[in-house]
Order: sequence, then C-alpha cells, then structure tokens
Amino acid sequence: MANAKEIKTVLFGPVFANNPIALQVLGICSALAVTTKMDKALVMCIALTLVTAFSNFFISLIRNHIPSSVRIIVQMTIIASLVIVVDQLLKAFAYDVAKELSVFVGLIITNCIVMGRAEAFAMKSAPGISFLDGIGNGLGYSAVLMTVAFIRELGGSGTLFGVEIMPLVKDGGWYQPMGLLLMPPSAFIIIAGLIWLLRTFRTEQVEKA
Amino acid sequence: MEHYISLFVRAVFIENLALTFFLGMCTFIAVSKKITTAFGLGVAVTVVLAISVPVNNLVFQNLLAPGALAWAGFPDADLSFLGFLTYIGVIAALVQILEMILDKFFPALYNALGIFLPLITVNCAIFGAVAFMVERDYNFGESVVFGLGSGIGWMLAITLLAGIREKLKYADIPHGLRGLGITFLMVGLMGLGFMSFSGVSL
Repeated sequence: MANAKEIKTVLFGPVFANNPIALQVLGICSALAVTTKMDKALVMCIALTLVTAFSNFFISLIRNHIPSSVRIIVQMTIIASLVIVVDQLLKAFAYDVAKELSVFVGLIITNCIVMGRAEAFAMKSAPGISFLDGIGNGLGYSAVLMTVAFIRELGGSGTLFGVEIMPLVKDGGWYQPMGLLLMPPSAFIIIAGLIWLLRTFRTEQVEKA
Repeated sequence: MEHYISLFVRAVFIENLALTFFLGMCTFIAVSKKITTAFGLGVAVTVVLAISVPVNNLVFQNLLAPGALAWAGFPDADLSFLGFLTYIGVIAALVQILEMILDKFFPALYNALGIFLPLITVNCAIFGAVAFMVERDYNFGESVVFGLGSGIGWMLAITLLAGIREKLKYADIPHGLRGLGITFLMVGLMGLGFMSFSGVSL
C-alpha cells in the first residue's frame, strides 16, 4: 500500500487540481441530463463513483492476466456487469429515482471517465490505489454535477433536494422561477461559465487560440 | 405511414440526441473543429445507428424480453436484466463487422470513415438510442425509423457546430473561454434554437 501523501494526491487531486469534467471534458454525456434536481444528481454521482471505484479495483486485480489485444472487451464486460448490478439495486430500492434517471444509469457503461480510468490508471497500478483513484475521479465528477444541479434546481424551481428554499410566486411567495434553467441548453451554459471561472484562476489551463 | 413520418421528424429535430439528451458529447466536442471531419463522423454514426438500433430491437424482442424465450421452451424466462451487456456487445460486434466489410468492398469509404469507427463503439449516442428504443418499446419498423432519424439529427448538429467553430477562429474570445468554454456556450445556444422545434405538433 502506498504512503499517506500519495493516497491524498490520488484521492483529492481529481476533485480540485485535475477535475475530469472541467479539464479533460470526460464523461459529460450523461452528466447534464440528470442535473435538473439535486436528489437525481446525487444518486447518479453515487452510482458513478461506485462503478468507477469497483471497475478500477477488479480490472487492476486481473491486469496481469489480460492479453492486451482483448483488453477493451474485458474492461467493457466488467464495467457493464457492475452497471447492471447498480441498475438492479436502484430498481429494487429506489424505484422512483431509477425511473426518472431512465436510460442514464445504463449510459454509465459508455461514460468516458470509467473507461478512461480503467485504461489509464488501473491497468498499471495495484488494486488498492486503483480503488482510491476511482473514488477520487468519482468525487471530481460529483463536484461538477452537484454544482450544476444546485444552480438549476435553486434557480429553476426554488427548491434544494425538494425542500422549498425560495417560495414561488404561484404559491403566494415572491420568487419568479427561471424556467430556462430546467431546459437542457442551460446546462451547457452553466458548464461554460464554470470552465471560464476555473480558467480565470488557473491560467495555465487556457487553450491557445 | 403518418406515424413513421412524425417519429422521424421528432427524432431529427425535437428530440435531437446531441442537443436535448447530451448524448455523444465527448466526440461531439472533440471532433467538431473541421466541417469535413465532423460530417464524416456524422455519416459513420448515422450508419451505425441505423443498423444497430434495429438489430438490438430484434435481439431484445426475440431473446431478452420477458417471455421471449417461449420458442425455446422457457416461457417464464426474463433475461431483460442482461440488456446492457448484450447491447454493448452487439454494438461492438457490428462496428467490427462494418469495419471489415468497408475495408474489403469499399476501400475509399473505409479510408474516409475508418478512423472514426472504433471511436463509435463507446459513443454514448449509439448506446443511448438503443436504450431509448428498449425503454419506449418500439417495434421493428419504428426502431428502423428512430435509428435513422436520430443519426441524421446527430449529424446535423455536429456539422452545424463545426461550421460555427470554423468561423469562430477569427473571433477574439476572452482567454478563459477559449476552446472548450466557447464551444459549450455555442452548443447551449444551438440547443435553444432547436428548442423552438418543440412547438411543432405532428
């Protein structure tokens, strides 16, 4: 097992310094469609973090036995099996949320973060540290997703996790909700804003024109 | 017939895979710098979608759906939980076969599309369309129309985005927004434009 400092970099690096969504544009496919409500986004984050962590762990366990010519298929099979387990668990214990997430739980299979970490980290590292790398990247993904969901739910319906924060005009309150924030295009614009903000403070990330 | 036309228009414009469901975003952002490459990828995605959605529809109806194995003597079997694993396998196999056929019989087309084909296996748009097809319970005819329509919609979106990005090269963009940021902003604005189609009732 690696020392404490390495564990810290592997676990928290992807959250701040090397966030997979904001910097490498990985895994945004599924990320944005589930961000209209925070509880939906939270379930998605937990599901993705667990899948990434366990797929990293299992792939790392058998990394020395996978012939490199079929490694993609082996990785896909492991990831797909884990996603099936998550999907069945959600359907069994949180049926309403599972229905709202619809196809997006299945889309974790084609999420570039899961595949990317398996290929880039788990194929070269020991199981323990790979597991932590999966958790770390999952947390980085969650940080962006929860931020977007926070803005969209608070601005779009005046609630957080379904609890009323700003009473709406139609219920006799004062807040006129921004319907646009519940529409798909707003997610892109919020992400663009986050990237701009991040790159203003971390100028080394700015792309050359 | 009317039903199929309405399904087609809905798949292309109203429920555009890229702009309303965020599917295939990784490649959508990464391969939209030049119109010609973007169009090539769009064609490849359309071809794979038009084949893999109907094929997965057949697989689902005849092997995985509850009670579908009655012909083999298992009327109670319900294999639908194996769906994800099966679809991804079928997509990967189809892409591989398509690559081999193109290489053998249409070398010119293979040279144009070849580099994109492996990318497509892990393109969320393909898997997403297949998952939607299963969730909405389309029959075979509907799945052909839906696969083709959503492919064309995706192609339209990526070609339009590439056109805008080619022109954006001449713009003076704030430093932090360059590259990724402005692309997301453009996609958001395009999404707003496509939302105006949602008023179309068929």
